[in-house]
Amino acid sequence: MVPFAGYSMPMQYEGIIAEHLWTRTHAGLFDVSHMGQLTVDGSEATGALEALMPADLAALKSGRVRYSLLLAENGGILDDLMVTNIGKDGEGPFRLVVNGATKHDDIAHLRANLPDAVGMACHFDHALLALQGPEAAAVLDELLPGIADDTAFMQAVSRDWNGTALLICRAGYTGEDGFEISLPEESAAEFADSLMADDRVKPVGLGARDSLRLEAGLPLYGHDIDTSTDPVSAGLAFAISRRRRDEGGFPGSDNIARMLAESPPRSRVGLLLDGRVPAREGAGVSAGGEVVGQVTSGGFAPSVESPIAMAYVRDDVAKSGTEVTVNVRGRELPARVVDMPFVPHNYRRQGGK
Amino acid sequence: MPRYFTSEHEWIEVEGSSATIGITDHAQEQLGDIVFVEVPGPGTTLAKGAEAAVVESVKAASDVYSPVSGTVSEGNAALADEPSLVNSAAEGEGWFFKIELSDPGELSDLMDEAAYKDFLVELG
Repeated sequence: MVPFAGYSMPMQYEGIIAEHLWTRTHAGLFDVSHMGQLTVDGSEATGALEALMPADLAALKSGRVRYSLLLAENGGILDDLMVTNIGKDGEGPFRLVVNGATKHDDIAHLRANLPDAVGMACHFDHALLALQGPEAAAVLDELLPGIADDTAFMQAVSRDWNGTALLICRAGYTGEDGFEISLPEESAAEFADSLMADDRVKPVGLGARDSLRLEAGLPLYGHDIDTSTDPVSAGLAFAISRRRRDEGGFPGSDNIARMLAESPPRSRVGLLLDGRVPAREGAGVSAGGEVVGQVTSGGFAPSVESPIAMAYVRDDVAKSGTEVTVNVRGRELPARVVDMPFVPHNYRRQGGK
Repeated sequence: MPRYFTSEHEWIEVEGSSATIGITDHAQEQLGDIVFVEVPGPGTTLAKGAEAAVVESVKAASDVYSPVSGTVSEGNAALADEPSLVNSAAEGEGWFFKIELSDPGELSDLMDEAAYKDFLVELG
């Protein structure tokens, strides 16, 4: 057990590599109740949230989920989050899931910036369980018949389970198919036990959560993205919806529009290292004898069976295939820039694969 | 052959003026899956408490300090290809390096097995 975001959380159960590989082949159960769950509602909720993040919420249909960003005035990233429309098309209410380590800052930011007509509820009494892996859908379908066919990647539905209201979102942080299930805390242990009763499910700790998301190329807030990074450099421009690019009106939209037009001076890339020595956060990246960037997270990738890393590097070395070196304990280790994800995503999209 | 332990969770087995050094089973358990080990090469001179080796687990990198002073005679080459030996046999095949002691008197500062077991109990 380790302290994390004010909670005592399991680093590992059986072992990080075993849990990681199990999630890639079967189903892993993660307790991510430390994450912040908020509901924003009211007749002006759509516009009020659009003033804080670059998602096109007016076009977000009921039961659809978007990845978005809370942005600072200069376009820096305050947090990344998932927004689900749990109400009417384009109107909400909207369920937000934000990072555990930043949730109190996010809540303060939202309170300070949402108009009075917009309400916000903080669901501190709700747990969040993530069931991830290629067998997650089959497992959940046994408890909640029909769920596998009724949802696709980035869709959400409500379900009743023995009198408990569940909000189920088909998404996650591993690159695998899977679900995040929000439910009242008093029912969480019983629901988790029901999932764990299935032989295809094993519990997974924070260690494998990190190695899975790293392989999936998904950034970790506070490491790969923060207030000093912007969505374009971070490779998250996909989170800025077309209409919002054209219209602006979100924090930092002028800065971000310029970056989109000119391409940023540095960007987040994947690095694949030779050998077995992992490069960790803070390691310098060099090319042609010059320091050109820095690792923001890295480690040994159990599915790739090699050390991998995310780094911000100068634009001229950001191209896939560029040879670089990474400084680990005074030695320059050979590495090359590669496309992310390191392991193909295995999402179940609408209309088949 | 007497085996000693340190509060940094290393073991040292002494035979005459030579010793074999590794990390304890407790240490490997704490580190979790080990993916890389860097051991010192023959001829490396180490002072007591000096950084001698690096262990990389999936979680993090950790330094291993030499519990005694001396000159390294051999690093465990098997760990290069199979670092998980440290997980499976920390106090056997997963040894780190062998050293010629320059000051056998330093051994008197170390714990014997019973003392180390008590130490682990105290750690909880």
